[in-house]
Amino acid sequence: MFEHLSDRLEGVFDKLKRKGALRDEDVAAALREVRVALLEADVALPVVKDLVAAVRESATGREAMRGVNPGQQVVKIVHDRLVETLGAEAAGIDLAGEPPVAIVMVGLQGSGKTTSTAKIARWLQGRAGGGKVLMASLDVRRPAAQRQLAVLGEQAGVAVLDAIMGELPVQIARRAMDRARKTGIDAVLLDTAGRLHLDDESMEEAARVREASGAREVLLVADAMTGQDAVNVASAFKERVGVTGIVMTRVDGDARGGAALSMRAVTGCPIKLMGTGEALDALEAFHPERVAGRILGMGDVVSLVEKAAETIEREDAERFRRKFEKGRSFDLDDMRVQLGQLRKMGGMDGLLGLLPGVAKARKQMAAARVDDAVLGRQEAILSSMTPGERRDPRIVHASRKRRIAAGSGVRVQDVNRLLKQFQEMNGMMKKVRKMGGKGRLPAGMGTPGAGGMPGQAGIEEMARNLKLPPGLKF
Amino acid sequence: MSEEGWLSRLRAGLDRSSGRFTRSIGAIFAGRRLDDGALEELEEILIAGDLGVATAAALTGELAGKRFDGEVTGEEVRAHLAERIAGILAPLARPLEPDPDRKPHVVLVMGVNGVGKTTTIGKLAGHFAERDRKAVLAAGDTFRAAAIEQLQVWGRRTGCAVVAGKRGDDAAGLAYGALETARDGRADLLFIDTAGRLHNKDGLMAELRKIVRVLGKLDGTAPHDRILVLDATTGQNAHAQVEAFRDMCGVTGLVVTKLDGSARGGVIVGLADRFGLPIHAVGVGEGPDDLRPFDAGAFARSLMGLS
Ligand SMILES: Nc1nc2c(ncn2[C@@H]2O[C@H](COP(=O)(O)OP(=O)(O)O)[C@@H](O)[C@H]2O)c(=O)[nH]1
Ligand SMILES: Nc1nc2c(ncn2[C@@H]2O[C@H](COP(=O)(O)OP(=O)(O)O)[C@@H](O)[C@H]2O)c(=O)[nH]1
Ligand SMILES: [Mg+2]
Ligand SMILES: [Mg+2]
Repeated sequence: MFEHLSDRLEGVFDKLKRKGALRDEDVAAALREVRVALLEADVALPVVKDLVAAVRESATGREAMRGVNPGQQVVKIVHDRLVETLGAEAAGIDLAGEPPVAIVMVGLQGSGKTTSTAKIARWLQGRAGGGKVLMASLDVRRPAAQRQLAVLGEQAGVAVLDAIMGELPVQIARRAMDRARKTGIDAVLLDTAGRLHLDDESMEEAARVREASGAREVLLVADAMTGQDAVNVASAFKERVGVTGIVMTRVDGDARGGAALSMRAVTGCPIKLMGTGEALDALEAFHPERVAGRILGMGDVVSLVEKAAETIEREDAERFRRKFEKGRSFDLDDMRVQLGQLRKMGGMDGLLGLLPGVAKARKQMAAARVDDAVLGRQEAILSSMTPGERRDPRIVHASRKRRIAAGSGVRVQDVNRLLKQFQEMNGMMKKVRKMGGKGRLPAGMGTPGAGGMPGQAGIEEMARNLKLPPGLKF
Repeated sequence: MSEEGWLSRLRAGLDRSSGRFTRSIGAIFAGRRLDDGALEELEEILIAGDLGVATAAALTGELAGKRFDGEVTGEEVRAHLAERIAGILAPLARPLEPDPDRKPHVVLVMGVNGVGKTTTIGKLAGHFAERDRKAVLAAGDTFRAAAIEQLQVWGRRTGCAVVAGKRGDDAAGLAYGALETARDGRADLLFIDTAGRLHNKDGLMAELRKIVRVLGKLDGTAPHDRILVLDATTGQNAHAQVEAFRDMCGVTGLVVTKLDGSARGGVIVGLADRFGLPIHAVGVGEGPDDLRPFDAGAFARSLMGLS
């Protein structure tokens, strides 16, 4: 029934105007559909509410995009937000510290702890220069649980601590660490029993296991099919045991996997790995893009908007090129496009990080305070201007400057600085044109859609546009 | 295995999560009429119980049409909803009833990974063993490490014979052999455990169908019960699970496990409406006695935070 969500979005917005800013009611209408989609994907209600509120705030008033309807644009904004929430920072397993380091695996019954334990152990041991790994089963409840880990250890070629009848989990953890110290083991994986009863002493036990092993890493293993309860589970484990990361299992199923978002949102813990099958090599790094796309279930809309954005960029670039070739001066709209492009390519830092030998340049940039915050501020200033002002900056006089500064949360000096910089850029453009002759637009400045990465000249150009210290060479 | 024990246990689990739930409904309706805002909040509360958007909207929609005289309390609204939900579920509360004339009555147990298939078989076997029904267990999960040993432990616990091969054996062949064994031994029941499989994996689902087909060669009516085990922690994906397993080998009934946790299992309300499959039992723990008949009224009242 929800496959048609994209169609429904189309229906809601077909008749709406596609000019100007995104209106309140457009955003609200789109977000109603988004809310349903997220809930159907099992994203927990409080998380859905927060997300919808945040998107409403950030989307309303944004400039409407050409080529798509407001609903589609909002879906893309939601998508980007999901990606950001899910995987703001890439996170690996924390193996820092004096070996042996311990990793404790916790979760509900049947979530995939034992299987994931073996997968992770195998992966850690198999990495280039990877050390020796030991696994131990602390599950003394489930019949044959210890045997299960022993069999998996054999399959994975990873050592498993022998089981002793009647030993308690904390004792097993201590013995495992002891053994590891004596035999030169680098990492110890402690597989624990399932804990469905979130508030009884079993959580206490998990906390004691953590303590006894001195683990830095406590991984919550959770099933991608989990429903609304995901928030209770995740926050209970976070609070009582101190979860440091999440492993999402059964991503090979067809669940939309909203639990990933719920758990990420309520614990703030990164999702570190995904289980994508029963085999021991079915372990992958977490892909926020893929998971976000699945949760929202509107991949077609998202790619439509992306295509439209590309087209717009190409058009903008084309316009820019024509202007440039005709010898016309470029306006603040062009500057805005450029800043946007720069930011999209990962900001100054991301951009420079891709180039060889830029450490020095980066330092100089830092000294010149050309950082992403500056870019952001400049973009804000530009979007607080009216289209007329951007086309013809000469009309921006004192009172307009004050309005623009107030609208973008900066000082009037900042507006002045931007205008001055714009003039310099314009002057420079003329010079480049004279020097390079007709049509020699610096690579990358005009065609991000085609080239992706700006070439050397383009970077230099941008750097200069941004008033880098003279003589800076890449 | 007293009735009261199970109720309080189930409720204890549900209460853990419905504390907040109960409070918020109370807050909505105490001394007020049901306005749109209240209904919306109520709908959200049902959604938070995993009932799903469509089911929650349908139930609150009915409530909007209903006239409450004067002021209504949160308790009254909850009781009303609980009754409505119990009304949907009650016709489906049907314990497993093996046909005593069949020797054996064959029960195939299936589901996705880790939901509690093996444990449920262990509990069911114990239940019938206590009633002097001879049950044989077939260790049909020949895939997962130590799955066979796990069922064997349950066999020892419940005094039931276990037919097992070794890891990697063909599950259909094993099931066939187990049916022969159970038949020769004049067993009343044969429970066939299967490996967990995600319902979107065609190859694995086809294997399940093969088990059904092979059993049919020995007994055209077998397997007599085809139980799908669902985990109460599961959200809306349970719909896809029921649909796929039903299409592949005709599910005849459900068991819902892990209701002793904080998840409410509310998805079964929507499932009941859509598939109308009997609910044979619920799992409320890991021990042999932690299986209970499904009590629709108690489930619904617990779901709504009522005692
Ligand atoms: N399809 C699939 N199955 C998995 C995955 N991870 C674990 N499993 C299966 O889930 C079931 C329960 O796993 P197990 O490790 O025993 O869970 P535990 O009870 O938490 O230790 C087993 O049948 C595993 O093969 C996964 O990522 N994908
Ligand atoms: N708390 C609780 N745990 C359960 C219940 N049913 C099964 N389990 C646990 O869930 C895990 C997986 O069960 P298992 O029977 O192996 O699942 P299978 O992979 O479907 O056969 C085990 O740790 C069981 O002890 C239940 O009703 N309540
Ligand atoms: Mg385990
Ligand atoms: Mg099993």
